[in-house]
Amino acid sequence: MPLSKQKLILFIISLLPLAWMVVGLVTNQLGANPIETVTRDSGLWALRFLCLTLAITPIRWWLDINLVPFRRMLGLYVFFYASLHMLLYLGLDQFFDFSEIVKDIIKRPFITIGFFTYSALIPLAITSNNKMVKRLGGRRWKKLHRLTYFIAIASTVHFYMLVKQDKVEPLLYATIVGALLLPRLYRFFQSRMSQNKVITVTK
Amino acid sequence: MSIPKKRLGKMPAGEITDHKLYLNRRQFIKGTAAIATASLLQSSLVRAAETPEPTFTNLVTGNYSTQESSTPFDAVTTYNNFYEFGIDKASPAILAADFPDKIKPWRVTIDGECDKPGEYDYDDLIRPFTLEERIYRFRCVEGWSMVIPWVGFPLADLIKRAQPNSKAKFVQFTTLYDPQQMPGQRRAVLDWPYVEGLRMDEAMNPLTLLSVGLYGRELLGQNGAPIRLVVPWKYGFKSIKSIVNIRFVETLPRSAWMKAGPREYGFYSNVNPNVDHPRWSQSRERRIGELLKRKTELFNGYGDEVAHLYAGMDLKKYI
Repeated sequence: MPLSKQKLILFIISLLPLAWMVVGLVTNQLGANPIETVTRDSGLWALRFLCLTLAITPIRWWLDINLVPFRRMLGLYVFFYASLHMLLYLGLDQFFDFSEIVKDIIKRPFITIGFFTYSALIPLAITSNNKMVKRLGGRRWKKLHRLTYFIAIASTVHFYMLVKQDKVEPLLYATIVGALLLPRLYRFFQSRMSQNKVITVTK
Repeated sequence: MSIPKKRLGKMPAGEITDHKLYLNRRQFIKGTAAIATASLLQSSLVRAAETPEPTFTNLVTGNYSTQESSTPFDAVTTYNNFYEFGIDKASPAILAADFPDKIKPWRVTIDGECDKPGEYDYDDLIRPFTLEERIYRFRCVEGWSMVIPWVGFPLADLIKRAQPNSKAKFVQFTTLYDPQQMPGQRRAVLDWPYVEGLRMDEAMNPLTLLSVGLYGRELLGQNGAPIRLVVPWKYGFKSIKSIVNIRFVETLPRSAWMKAGPREYGFYSNVNPNVDHPRWSQSRERRIGELLKRKTELFNGYGDEVAHLYAGMDLKKYI
């Protein structure tokens, strides 16, 4: 199957959570508090797509499968579901009352974190096309997109903080995010150490 | 899950659930296999079609009822916080479909600092009291609310019969502990059993209700069958469900939520838009069924009846 077709299929599959929410809303299947359900689910799907995005590199390392061509789309779906999540909060939780929203952002640590997490997604979405990669240059682009690691950690913390009592689900996501980030950290230090060695040898 | 077929025949007539609802409950059980999926996708499999016929007759219409329109029966019975039956809102309706076990008699003990302690079967416990309907606002600490037509009697009536002595300063309530019937108790989400408490004057307030039903019929498992507390000016978690013990005590009882998060859940937990939960605002609430949030009222709008209980108390300190 040509790559373009594979991408189209992924594009459609990634829209299914949205379709599920819309159908659920229309047919009244989302329980007694559908707004809360949709707000929660959109946030959760953003986190799930984020995990998928972060999994691309380890999959290449360990399974030798190259899914890099799909990463941009997955990343943009993180932005898509996070935007939906944010809009639902702004519109249906706060009714676009911006003085209230600012107060909320300052006063509530989990909202503060959520706000900064979403803000960090914006430059990544803006610089996601080829033109921007070229304009920034590969190295700088890569550096900027390391923000993803911050976003991953912050969004899990955001999730952990808003849960009232049973922390199992956020801890599950924290574990997944940890499992995806720690190997990178390990590799990072490993490569730095070997670089140091090279330097001493050439001295 | 095997349920003896003979069971129906053995029950006293008064306890038999209407056949239609009984069949419905079996459907809920069949749905258990899908629970995992259901909670994952947050879809509600449980859909009671319409409000069932009332089974309590000759209910007195009590004072203090609100004129606001009641939250649909469907929502009241499928959107529940009852951690003994799972932590998400949909699972109590599924997992408590057969609760409490109709074969075991429900026993409630009344003890502690009182002259007339006792252990009662549920029927004997409620027999002396006149049941009435009270339509109350119900505000959850999470920021949503409902209007629920409860059936019950004032807790004060029961307390007067038990004759608490001068040492009785508080009333402590305990939920059943039975992990077999309450699967949520198999995990230490809270320090089981669930405990709640009221100061004696709060307990004696005419608003405070012991409820045995809603929408004119017996409570369903997910709503805290067979008997629960309703304290409409406090956050919902104070209204403890499925009570097996009522105890008069001298010192302030430590509730399950106080143990879980003393900084977040105080003993009083009065509805108060001016005192935020440490993690979220309490100034507004979403009435179930409404799109936008509405303003939360001090004491959930019951200030006339209860504000005097807290005269001189700093409500920011005594959360």
